[in-house]
Amino acid sequence: MLDCGGGALKGCVIDYFLLKYWYDRHKFATLQSYFIGVHSIMDENLNNSGSASSSGSQIPSKEIPTITIRFAGDSGDGMQLAGDRFANLSAVFGNDVLTFSDFPAEIRAPAGTVAGVSGYQLRLGESEIHTPGDQVDVLVVMNPACLKANLDKIRAGGLLIANSDAFTEKVCLKLGLSESPLTDGSLDRFQVVPVSIDDLTARAVEELGFTKGQSLKFRNFCALGLICWLLSRPTDTVFSWIEKKFAKKPEIIDANKKAFQAGFNYGDITDSFVETFAVKPVEKREKGTYRYINGSKALAYGLLAACEKSNLRLFMGGYPITPASDILHELSHHRNFPISVLQAEDEIAAIGAAIGASYAGSLGVTATSGPGLALKQEALNLAVITELPLVVINVQRGGPSTGLPTKTEQSDLLQTMYGRNGDSPVVVLAARSAGECFEVAYEACRIAVKYMTPVVVLSDGSIANGSEPWKIPDVSSYEDFDIPLPTQARGEFLPYKRREATGAREWASPGMEGFQHRIGGLEKDDLTGEVSYDPANHQKMTDQRHKKIETVSQEISKTEIYGNEKADILVLGWGSTYGAIKESVDGLNRDGHSVAGCHLRFINPLPADLSSVLSNYKKVLVPENNCGQLAMILRSKFGLHIESFSKVQGLPFQVEELKNKIRSKMEGKS
Amino acid sequence: MSEVSPKKRSRKDMISNSDPRWCPGCGDYSVFKSFTNTLASLEKKHEDILIISGIGCSSRLPYYASTYGFHTVHGRAPSFAVGAKMSNPELSVWVVTGDGDALSIGGNHFMHLVRRNADINVLLFNNNIYGLTKGQASPTSAKGTVTKSSPYGSLEAPVNPLALAHAAGATFTSRVTDTNGKLMKAVFDEAAAHKGTSIIEILVNCPIFHDGVHHWMNQRGVKDEKSSILEHGKPIIFGAEKKKGLRLNGFKIEEVVIGENGVTEDDIIVHDETSAELSSMLANLKHPEFPVPLGVLRRTESIPYEQYAMDIEKDQVKKKGGHSISDLLTSGDTWQI
Repeated sequence: MLDCGGGALKGCVIDYFLLKYWYDRHKFATLQSYFIGVHSIMDENLNNSGSASSSGSQIPSKEIPTITIRFAGDSGDGMQLAGDRFANLSAVFGNDVLTFSDFPAEIRAPAGTVAGVSGYQLRLGESEIHTPGDQVDVLVVMNPACLKANLDKIRAGGLLIANSDAFTEKVCLKLGLSESPLTDGSLDRFQVVPVSIDDLTARAVEELGFTKGQSLKFRNFCALGLICWLLSRPTDTVFSWIEKKFAKKPEIIDANKKAFQAGFNYGDITDSFVETFAVKPVEKREKGTYRYINGSKALAYGLLAACEKSNLRLFMGGYPITPASDILHELSHHRNFPISVLQAEDEIAAIGAAIGASYAGSLGVTATSGPGLALKQEALNLAVITELPLVVINVQRGGPSTGLPTKTEQSDLLQTMYGRNGDSPVVVLAARSAGECFEVAYEACRIAVKYMTPVVVLSDGSIANGSEPWKIPDVSSYEDFDIPLPTQARGEFLPYKRREATGAREWASPGMEGFQHRIGGLEKDDLTGEVSYDPANHQKMTDQRHKKIETVSQEISKTEIYGNEKADILVLGWGSTYGAIKESVDGLNRDGHSVAGCHLRFINPLPADLSSVLSNYKKVLVPENNCGQLAMILRSKFGLHIESFSKVQGLPFQVEELKNKIRSKMEGKS
Repeated sequence: MSEVSPKKRSRKDMISNSDPRWCPGCGDYSVFKSFTNTLASLEKKHEDILIISGIGCSSRLPYYASTYGFHTVHGRAPSFAVGAKMSNPELSVWVVTGDGDALSIGGNHFMHLVRRNADINVLLFNNNIYGLTKGQASPTSAKGTVTKSSPYGSLEAPVNPLALAHAAGATFTSRVTDTNGKLMKAVFDEAAAHKGTSIIEILVNCPIFHDGVHHWMNQRGVKDEKSSILEHGKPIIFGAEKKKGLRLNGFKIEEVVIGENGVTEDDIIVHDETSAELSSMLANLKHPEFPVPLGVLRRTESIPYEQYAMDIEKDQVKKKGGHSISDLLTSGDTWQI
């Protein structure tokens, strides 16, 4: 009966016990037919050396419309990498994908602690999805701490794949779990699949000369292989990626491949799983060329697109700060573009250099997070009064102060609007998703130059690190830059003479003969730009600065409502809450309710038609990952009654909690 | 822009219509005169000159010159200057700052400016006081200085800007005084010619809030004894009869008289601008015991920062064959729908 190949006998014996465990618990197929299945699969896969396959598997494959998977390990375990690779290959395969990284601020927190758990969540869909998923369908945990940290995230009946090698009695008890949670029934509400990931990996790479301890660093690929099998994924892109990434270390290439193969084969061979899953590629997608991208990269690419299209030099003044550093990193690699990149000595030097560059005729850009924006405000204010083109990117994170560096939030809106001395208006744009960052960055640059004003772009950690498939746009179709070069006569230059259409002053830079002038932070005469303390002039300049920003509203297209436009309730959002709000609104409408949705890109100025749009609704609900900052701005600007739904937990909204809140509001409850 | 060498300018061509508003007797007038003389004779087009200042009395200077000028925020002028210079390396960039602006709030940027070594010239107006805000102690005020904010005397030891600059790896340091216009012009010219960050400490008098703070060394009757104008390759000699000199004794510098105790001119230290050690010792001389070294203390080989940056750009453009955003967007894994 047990006619396995000699060398795999040991494997067979282990599998027998595992299977017996499964059989006892699930009682699905007869043992005999099962073992025949095992036999044929094993023979086939033992001979395989190329990319993995699961042909011959007798396990049913269940087609599902969407699935949410979460990889959890110690920070430094490679879970982000494994998740990212899986999401990438799924995107290439054609699914809609959204990802969410959930990792601690420390580089490598103590192994096995709850504080050190790093999670990578992703959701695949056969149709368009907008969130990385509320509850997790498949949770992969590398150790008990990961289990503890994520128990609340996995749905009842969900699949829990645990690295059984790490689940020792001592560790489990120390964390407050039961002695052997994987086997004692305490996790009965889930489908528990213990897998000896450590052991599998160690055996797979043994022949390459790695010790047990060294082999641990390849186990993320083992987990990846297993999940690839579980989701019926084609895997050639993984191998080619491994080869490229580790090209200088062939032994690492081999080890990763073998670890991956071991994980894949394990799923195939052992039938530890009731079924595999298949998520079809998205059918009705807009035609075009797609790629996978995260918010940081999209922002950086948007800046480069603006640089190329405008024919201006780009100057990036940066300083490392989580979660914005990747923008600096990315730009520093593209020196074939006419860009200067400076990692300055601090946040202030970074923006100072960008403004100096703008004065000298470049497009100055700087990127940071909340604490950095606080530091930059004085210099930003100088750009406001000297009316120079500047783009300031704030990738928001949990605050206040150092806050939660790796957690997402959108609590810098008021700081962006009002955090400078004096009446100091700036243009404020917010990106709603990773892919949209590209267009928002481009627009920010275009508007900064056209109106000679600083523009702040608000993104956040979830967008910066989250990835999704993205249709590559045709940049040549994007709106051209309108650069206000001097048209006045040489020798008679009035630096503050404004253009009619925009209110922008003219951009004369050092090197241009005949336009020499001086500007600075002191209040200035409204034409000559000379220092002026005249009372009427100060009022005039204050009004002109405000008016110029209001004029930017001519760049904003008509406010779009999605869902049921005629509903009584409008759910209004900005930034990364888009996904959860859209799914909630769409879901409620599908369920027979009536809800309207709207999402802002321009927060300052607000769309000219927004006030009247909001007045059409009996209730306006603004969900925000802050204490109600946009709601406060809307109330103060329009005098309307705005309801706020606030969540400040370093996590995005879940679709379920939003739907509940919207329904509750509709029913007149709080 | 014409390619012919810039037409000859006079000092008047460098002055704007805004009359300076410094107090009568302020040392800044004298500095401004020498500075505008330098700008007039610079082998640079008028429109390529950029003056960037921070906040302080001296930082008002850009408004009084007819060049491009940027009056920025307190302590941060070096940052703006670096951005402008990297943006357009052809510009002749001058930072005008003071002892408070550069060494207090701007201390960090001062250090990094020197360390970065972009081709920027720094005029550090040092009057040992905060003038604009009406007389508080500054980082260069002597310990015990009584001011509005230190009525019982300041408690901190002063910092030495040139020593700081040396520690940060400066490639050009110098010191002048507002009472010697000829020396100022000469040193400003040298600074402009140096391809790196040039630090010029200018000892300036604030007649209102710290009158006479440098008078012990720069007034007629004392300046010969209390200052020494350095010249590369020449012995460091001073005194009314040019008989006093500086000699190295072990690791100490001592003042000696040529002709006394068997001291000859050969014993006197020959100034060497390229010596990091000597320039540091000279910057660290204690006063009023020793004369103040004036002129160029240190001048070493230097490749300016922006040149390194431009080299990378040239190299990358060559390697990648120019730039294309559509190529960049489609690089990596893509798929068609």
